[in-house]
Amino acid sequence: MSELLWEIEKEGRIGTKLPESGVPQREITDDLPERMVRRGKIGLPQVAEPQIVRHFVNMSVKNHNVDRGFYPLGSCTMKYNPKINERLAALPGFLNLHPLAPESSVQGALKLMAHLGELLCKIGGMDAITLQPAAGAHGEFTGLMTIRRYHEAQGNPRKKVVIPDSSHGTNPASIVFTGWEPVEIKSGPDGRIDLEALKPHLNEDLAALMVTNPNTLGIFEKDIKRVADMLHDVGAQLYMDGANMNALLGIARPGDFGVDALHYNLHKTFSTPHGGGGPGSGPVAVKEHLAEFLPKPVVVHRNGEYHLDFDRPNSLGKVQAFWGAFGVMVKAYAYILTLGADGLRRVSEGAILNSNYLLALLREHYELPYDATPMHEFVLSGEFLKKYGIKTLDVAKRLLDFGFHAPTIYFPLIVHEALMIEPTETESTEDIEKFAEAMIQIRREAEENPEILKEAPHNTPVRRLDEVRANKNPVLSWWDIAAGE
Amino acid sequence: MVRDDLYYTKEHEWVKVEGDTAIVGITDYAQSELGDILYVELPDVGKTVSAGDVLATVEAVKAVSDVYAPLSGEVIEVNEALSTTPEVINKDPYGEGWMVKIKISNPDEVNQLLSPADYRNLIGE
Repeated sequence: MSELLWEIEKEGRIGTKLPESGVPQREITDDLPERMVRRGKIGLPQVAEPQIVRHFVNMSVKNHNVDRGFYPLGSCTMKYNPKINERLAALPGFLNLHPLAPESSVQGALKLMAHLGELLCKIGGMDAITLQPAAGAHGEFTGLMTIRRYHEAQGNPRKKVVIPDSSHGTNPASIVFTGWEPVEIKSGPDGRIDLEALKPHLNEDLAALMVTNPNTLGIFEKDIKRVADMLHDVGAQLYMDGANMNALLGIARPGDFGVDALHYNLHKTFSTPHGGGGPGSGPVAVKEHLAEFLPKPVVVHRNGEYHLDFDRPNSLGKVQAFWGAFGVMVKAYAYILTLGADGLRRVSEGAILNSNYLLALLREHYELPYDATPMHEFVLSGEFLKKYGIKTLDVAKRLLDFGFHAPTIYFPLIVHEALMIEPTETESTEDIEKFAEAMIQIRREAEENPEILKEAPHNTPVRRLDEVRANKNPVLSWWDIAAGE
Repeated sequence: MVRDDLYYTKEHEWVKVEGDTAIVGITDYAQSELGDILYVELPDVGKTVSAGDVLATVEAVKAVSDVYAPLSGEVIEVNEALSTTPEVINKDPYGEGWMVKIKISNPDEVNQLLSPADYRNLIGE
């Protein structure tokens, strides 16, 4: 454990030197009543600048991040985030905006939001969009609320939403929050939606089906258009969780295969930092018939000027403080414009190619429970390692010794001892081969020297964490530590 | 490990029938699949459940799972010790890790449960 700033502080030590005051000093009580003057400690650590710099630099190298190395965390699309996006989002005209500044003074920012929305609609084949939601799960909730408003306007709010058993855990949570009941259907033997399992639920109580496409096994739902038609025949809607849009850019448009509403994860697909590195953003795009129910305000272009339009009587209201994560929108906009339509298509082609190359290198060494050609990610099983007393968790921990972030493990739930691997398009062929070599070596170690896996990681600054204790007794701040003493 | 004196379900619960009382827990296979168990949410005593209803929820490091009522009846006792020491389910799933006692309302349902042999077959043991 490294020392906390509080533990290295020394009474009276400061990291700044203020210039001599050019005006006569006054006692603070000359201007403020006594009761408003702080008498206790200010509560900031008393350290010099080099101590602070070293403290945070040392902390940062204990962590893994996409600027340090390969990060194949399935379903999270941990692609490299181009630094130019950061520079653009930090332009003073964007950075220092106040959300309540008069519209006439923020025309550029509003234009950016409007244009980003148009581009996202174009990418997904959708008609209208809200940029407000804070991230994926919030996007799901917003999208489902939009659908609920639509059903209410039709006179029947309906009761149920179907999800496949491979769905993200946030999906059923969003359904419950929207006031519906989630109904899980089993996937078919090929890992896709089983149309026969869906049929019994097709009635006037069904509000929607939520699907991730490609699904969490990385497999494209090839019957999706048929699913959409079956839903539409009973007036139900098709919601798409856009977590895996990185496989579809420029290749397939959800709007063309029957999706009524979907959210994007700007922080995944459109390359803005996430996973502790920055805020997310989960815009929701819909087809025309749902547009009037989207959150307000939306950015509109009227008489040569951009406006935030609040005059939308059927809108479900606001879902976010102010207008959304604007900095993330700037980064995503920069990313889309930098790449253009051809570049975006190459992003997805690269993601699919990298994933399939990595799978080809690994498939004879691990189990592939759902044997279909995957898109941008694939799911292996470590079930067969149990005979050596090894769990997927041990494989994941051992990968850290090789300088790689572990894949997503134990998800999706329909694969035992799952390893969900998403290399993304930003990794070189050489890095993918190095990762495969490490995975193959670990497979060999499981057989020949399982102890090395069970005790992994060995080379990281912090060894294996006590996850049970961390969950049951989280110590998250200095105050928790101080209270425990 | 599958014990011979218990009934089982496809959802990996075990049931011990004593007269008109059923003691319910999760199997050794279930606890090893879940990994370290952190929390258990138990039903209120007096609650009436039907076979197949969610009876309890188990939260492990890996995932959160529902435990289903294997039989219909009234909850007459829950294992309060699990609220402070849920890890006993990992250590002793068929003993100290028991979860709920149900007063059986439809004894015929017992015939629907899996035998130890059926359950061994299910988990490939």
